[in-house]
Formats: sequence, structure tokens, C-alpha cells
Amino acid sequence: MSRYLVRRTAILIGSLFLAAVALFVLLRMLPGSPANALLPVGATAEQIEAARRQLGTDGPWLSQFLDWLGGVATLDLGHSLISTLPVGPEISARLPVTVPLTLTAFVLAVLIAVPAGVLAATRADRWYGPVLNAIAQLGIAVPAFWLGLLLITVFALNLRVLPAGGFPPDGWADFGTAVESLVLPVVTVALVMSASLIRYVRAATLDVLGADYLRTARALGATAREAFWRHGLRNAAVPVIAVLAMELATTFLGAVVVESVFALPGLGSLLVRAISQHDYPVIQGVMLVSTATVLVVGFLGDVAQRLVDPRLRLRSAS
Amino acid sequence: MRKILAAVTALSLAGLLAACGGGDDDTTSGAGSASATIRIGSVYEPQNLDNTAGGGQGVTEALNGNVYEGLFRLTDTGAVEPLLAQDQKVSDDGLTYTFTLRPNVKFHSGKALTSADVKASIEKVTAENSKSARKSNLKVIKSIATPDDATVVVTLSSRSISFVYNLSYVWIVNSAATDLTTTADGTGPYKLGEWKRGSTLSLTRFDGYWGTAAKNAGVVFHYYTDATALNNALLTNAVDVVTSEQSPDALTQFSSNAAYKVNDGRSTTKLLLAFNDKVAPFNNVAVRQAVSQAIDDKKLLNSVWGDYGTLIGSMVPPSDPWYEDLTSVNAYNVDSAKQLLTTAGFPNGFTFTLDTPNYDPHPTAATFLKSELAKIGVTVNINTITADEWYTKVYQKHDFAATLQEHVNDRDVVWYGNPDFYWGYDNKQVTAEIDQAEQAKTTDEQTALLKQANKTIAQEAASDWLYLYPQIVVASAKLSGYPVNGLNAQFFAYGISKS
Repeated sequence: MSRYLVRRTAILIGSLFLAAVALFVLLRMLPGSPANALLPVGATAEQIEAARRQLGTDGPWLSQFLDWLGGVATLDLGHSLISTLPVGPEISARLPVTVPLTLTAFVLAVLIAVPAGVLAATRADRWYGPVLNAIAQLGIAVPAFWLGLLLITVFALNLRVLPAGGFPPDGWADFGTAVESLVLPVVTVALVMSASLIRYVRAATLDVLGADYLRTARALGATAREAFWRHGLRNAAVPVIAVLAMELATTFLGAVVVESVFALPGLGSLLVRAISQHDYPVIQGVMLVSTATVLVVGFLGDVAQRLVDPRLRLRSAS
Repeated sequence: MRKILAAVTALSLAGLLAACGGGDDDTTSGAGSASATIRIGSVYEPQNLDNTAGGGQGVTEALNGNVYEGLFRLTDTGAVEPLLAQDQKVSDDGLTYTFTLRPNVKFHSGKALTSADVKASIEKVTAENSKSARKSNLKVIKSIATPDDATVVVTLSSRSISFVYNLSYVWIVNSAATDLTTTADGTGPYKLGEWKRGSTLSLTRFDGYWGTAAKNAGVVFHYYTDATALNNALLTNAVDVVTSEQSPDALTQFSSNAAYKVNDGRSTTKLLLAFNDKVAPFNNVAVRQAVSQAIDDKKLLNSVWGDYGTLIGSMVPPSDPWYEDLTSVNAYNVDSAKQLLTTAGFPNGFTFTLDTPNYDPHPTAATFLKSELAKIGVTVNINTITADEWYTKVYQKHDFAATLQEHVNDRDVVWYGNPDFYWGYDNKQVTAEIDQAEQAKTTDEQTALLKQANKTIAQEAASDWLYLYPQIVVASAKLSGYPVNGLNAQFFAYGISKS
């Protein structure tokens, strides 16, 4: 296992480097310039040229890239071209919104999806099995922004029990208010996320239910329930963990739409704004942090799968 | 410890009672309101805090007049009045302006305002790396002298009747201040509180202000990227006022509710169908007239804004001194449009590509134009582009046939005097009139010349001016004293009080 961990960590770092290169090159290939975001209509040709020079975006890519990489190695993500603020603190200021939002929504989604998915598969003969399945199907079709608007209309505008959006300016200083402002966004993300998870859990469970070893277990005298709890659940968990890792990673940035609907100052809204302004250092910073998150979560997912399924460990040892 | 707590509680209770006790007489709107913080909702977050470094529309809205002041101020009704300049003298040849500064003006940092700050501030706008839209207007400055701390003498290379007006855009900044993109040091009624990027920007009342103190303790701008989220914030009392309503569909929920007031102000934002006047077929005046006449502007405005907004038929909004109602020039007339096309040599119409910015209301307007122009046999291909692409393709490279765009500033009819501007309108007489207007000795003369130029561009359909946006400020009925016109995106917050 330890040799596996070392190799897997090396792959992680290598992937991150490749991602950084790809990110840098692809960004530079986009048409347009950050100068466009800074200059008003009425700017003269000389002003446009001066802005280009000043932003330093006309220099050779390689030296720009090495500068950036050197900074990243010392945890300095550079400065925004538009606001001139350092990117690192800008990103860390957004994390207290995005991280609790994503993680809470993720946990909630798992808590909803695992029992619901298992029930949808094992209780296909009762009335609620198909109903759960239908709800999940419907949930996949519902866009996050629409669900968000619906929840706002009901709970904020009509019932007036929760705020319609925003985040307290002093952040988590007032814990209660901060939590209140995250309730609806968390529920929105969790519901959307659980809808697709339910289907994965259901599929994995159905797979397991038809497996030979369950039949064997039952032949040895276990009841259907005992056989499923002792052997089935663990086996069903392996593919589900892989999906969970993917889901968590995508939700990290998938909160973009929800952040905009609920006016939350998170990482997603920072990224969207930076992209529209060609603010390369900010885009690179946010993407690097989120790529790293995706890779680390994927890594942890792999490790978790191995812990659950000893066969995977054996395979790599041989 | 318990004793201290009890004392504190008693004190705060007493304070609370005192505050409530005042409810019956006028102290609520006086003393009560002076301690209130006004929450302002906006979709224009500044990009940075420096208006010469590309701070954008948001920095004007939040800081202009509130944190920073100019020698002159452009009021909410469009008049230019002295602010930090107490007195001005203009030489007979119109080339030398002598300004005397108001005494006892302090920056928020405590430093006294001197003529050196004024000189540095003007030079900041005209500097090589300046990103100010006013840079080209101030090119006319030859030199700035500061004979003493209270006097600024500006010499121009040629007459410029708009000079004082242009100065109202120049923020007087402490010349010793550094890093103005993230901090501020002005002379206004508020000093900068805290700017939480992506969320809020707060201003607090400046106690050392030279003029009338702000009527509230401070304001907090709450920024939204989504218009619906902004309206919801107003509906749930998370903000007190929305500076500029961007979503017409949302208006009924406020206009039908007595807790809110919907103000129909005058904007300076014009929606344009801009032709590339240099290339065929739009280099042909008759073609431009035909296209203009084939479009029912009234219907378009109605479908986008309902009963709000106005038609002006030219580039000049009613708040400019040289406004004239030109809606009858090239008015909606399909038959006449067809005839014009025939005389222009396009009896069967033609096809062109309309570069359309991808944000509201442009896509809606583009679809509307497509169906209107189909009536005279003209086929429109809608090419949706981002704001960024628009800037590069249309504004810089002039690589387009026609485009939709909004022009937000007042007095920007003068761009039709510049043949190198993106739409390429080139009429020697108009260029001469606009140049002469700037050299005029009196504002009457200036007004007469610009009226003439405006009439010509309207007759020649240099562009098709579809409509003038409404400026809609929606506020809680408890609020008073807010600006309703918001010319050039300014939003003076110091007069606002909350009952």
C-alpha cells in the first residue's frame, strides 16, 4: 500500500504540472485581451496600445509561464490584472463560502442518495421504489438555477424564513447569519447532486443483487437482507465511491450557477468574472486550486476504494 | 463582571427607549436617520477603485461625488456647478483658466487640499498609462501652474468650451496617496470603509467634511451579478434601494406594492443599431434611411421596457443642452423604406450580418430587427459575440457591417465628428460643426452648432438610434433624497435618509 501511495502521489504531482501547462497555453489562445475590460468605449488607439504594454501580456509566453510557475512554487499566485490585488488572498477569501457550501451539500446529498438509491433498487416491488426512481429522474432534468429560484420564491419571498441570497459582509463572524444564508444554496446543490447519485447507487445495488455471491450466500442460509448487508453493500460501494469523488470535484466548481443565483461571493463567481475580463492570473489561480482539488479528491477516492475492496490491493501488489 | 453586564444592559436599554421615544416627532427623520446605514443594491461592482486605471462604471457609481470630488460637479439634472473650485476666471481669448480652491478642504487622511493635488490629479487623467475615457478631451491642456496653494492656472492650446464640464469628471486625489486601485483618499462626504470583493463596499461619513455632512451614517453597496437576485434582495429588505433596475419584468412586483417607489428617471444610455458607414451597403445614405424607417422603434421599446423609456431619434438625450426631439426624422414608414431601397439600387433587398453582443437587450433587439427588416426584403444574419469580441472586432478593427451597442454617456454626439471612430461616419460639415462647437465663445453658440450637427446625422441616418433607456431607481418607500437620474452612472448617496 505504501509503495502504491508513493507512486500515486508522483502521478498526482505530474498531472498537476501538465494541467498547469495546458491551462496556461489554452488561456493564451483565447481571442481578446484584458485591456478590453479596462478600457471604456471612447478609448483611443494609443490608450489601447499603452494598456497592452502595461499589462505585460504582450511578452513571450515561455517567460510569462516560468514567472508564474516560479511564483506558484513559492505559493505566490501573482496579481490580478484588473484589480491589481494579489490572487492568493483573493482566492482564500472566497473559500469560506465555497468550501462549506460544497462539503455540506455533498454530505447531505450522500445522506439522501445512498438510502434512497438502495431502496429504489431493493424495493422495486413496493410503491415507493419506482416513485424514488421517478423523482431521481425528474431531479436530473431540473436545472440548478431553476430549483434555486423556486426555493427562493417559497422560503424567502413567500414564507420569509430564510434570506433570498447574499452572504454577511463580515463572513462567519456572525455564525447564525452565515449559516442561514447558506441553507438554501446547500439544499439546491444537494438536491441536484443527489438526483444523479440516486441513480448510480440504484444501478450499483441492482448489479450486486444479481451477483452470484449473493445467491451463494442465500444458498448457505442467509436471508436476502442479511446477504445484502454483509456482502452486497460493500461491493456496491466500490463503483459508488468513484462516482462520489467525481461528483465532489465537479460540485466544487459546479456551484458557479448557484453562487450567482444566491449572490454568494464564492470561488465560482470569482472565476466567471475573471474569465469575462481575461484576468489570466486569477483564472490560472482558481483553476489551479480547483484542479488540485479534483486530483486530490480523485486520489482519496482511489485510496478509499482500495480500503473497501481488498481485491484491488492484491491486484496492485502482484 | 455581572455588575458591568447589568450596567451595559441598562444603558443600552435606555438608549433604545430614547430612540423609540423620539418616534412621534420629527427626530426619527432627523437624528434617527443620521445614524442609519443605507444599503444600496447594484450590479456594477468596481473592477478596482481608480477611475484612471479602468475601474469601470461601478467605481463611478460608488465613489464619484461620495468619496472623490472634482473642481466641478455634474448634478443629477445635468447642470455643471462649482464644487472644490470656489471661483474661476477665464481669459478673454478663452485659453487661460484660473481656479481658486475652496478653503479648509481636507482629504480623508487629514492632509489639506492644495493646488498641487489638483495639478497631480489632472495629470493623472492625461498621463500616458491613463485609461480614462476623458483623456482625449483633456488633450487640449498645454500647461498647469500652481502660483500658490489655493490657485490653479490651466493654459489650453485651443479654446474648449467643454473644459469646465470635462473637469467634473476629474477626481481630486491626494497627490501623496499610493495604491489608489485598492484604497482611496478623497475630499468627499464619505471615506472608504471596506471593500469585500465580490460582495460589498462600504462608505462611512467623514466627520472632517468641508460641506454639508451626509444625511446618513454611511452606505453599503451590495453587489449582485444576477438581476433577479438583486430584486429578491430588495423584496426581502436585504437592500433599501436598487440604483438601476435592469430587469423590466420585475417592475410590476414593485409598482403594485406601496412599500416601494419606482422612479422613472432620465438616463443617457442609448441603444444603437450602428452601421459601418464606410462599407457597402451602409455607405449609402438611402440604405441607412431605409433600414431606419423600416424599424418600429416604439414597438421595440414597448416589448423590452413596457411603458418606460423614450424615443429620441438621434444621439442626443434630453439632459444634454442641445437636445431636440428628432423622432420625426426617418420615422417608421415601411412604404417609404421600400422606395428608398429601390432608389438605392436594392429593389430586392440585401443580406447583412448583425454583430450582436450576447447580453440583454441585444439578442432580443436583434431578433426584432430581423423580423422588421424582412418586411422590406432585407435579410439579417445574427452573429452573437461577447463584449470582449465586440471590443476587438468592431471597436478596434472596424470589421463589421452593422452592430448593436449601448452608449452610456451624455454629450457623446461628438463621436460623429471623428471619422476614425468605429462607425466611420464621415461628413466634413458635421466634423467642422463639432470642432467649431468646442471652440465656441458662448454656450449658445455651442448649442446651436451641435443642434445643427445632430440634425444632419439624424437626417443621414448615421446610425439608427433605437431608443433611450429608462433610468429606474427602485427604493423602499422609507427612503428619500436619492438621485433618480444617475447621469453617467453617478449615484450621490449623501442626501439619502431613511425614516
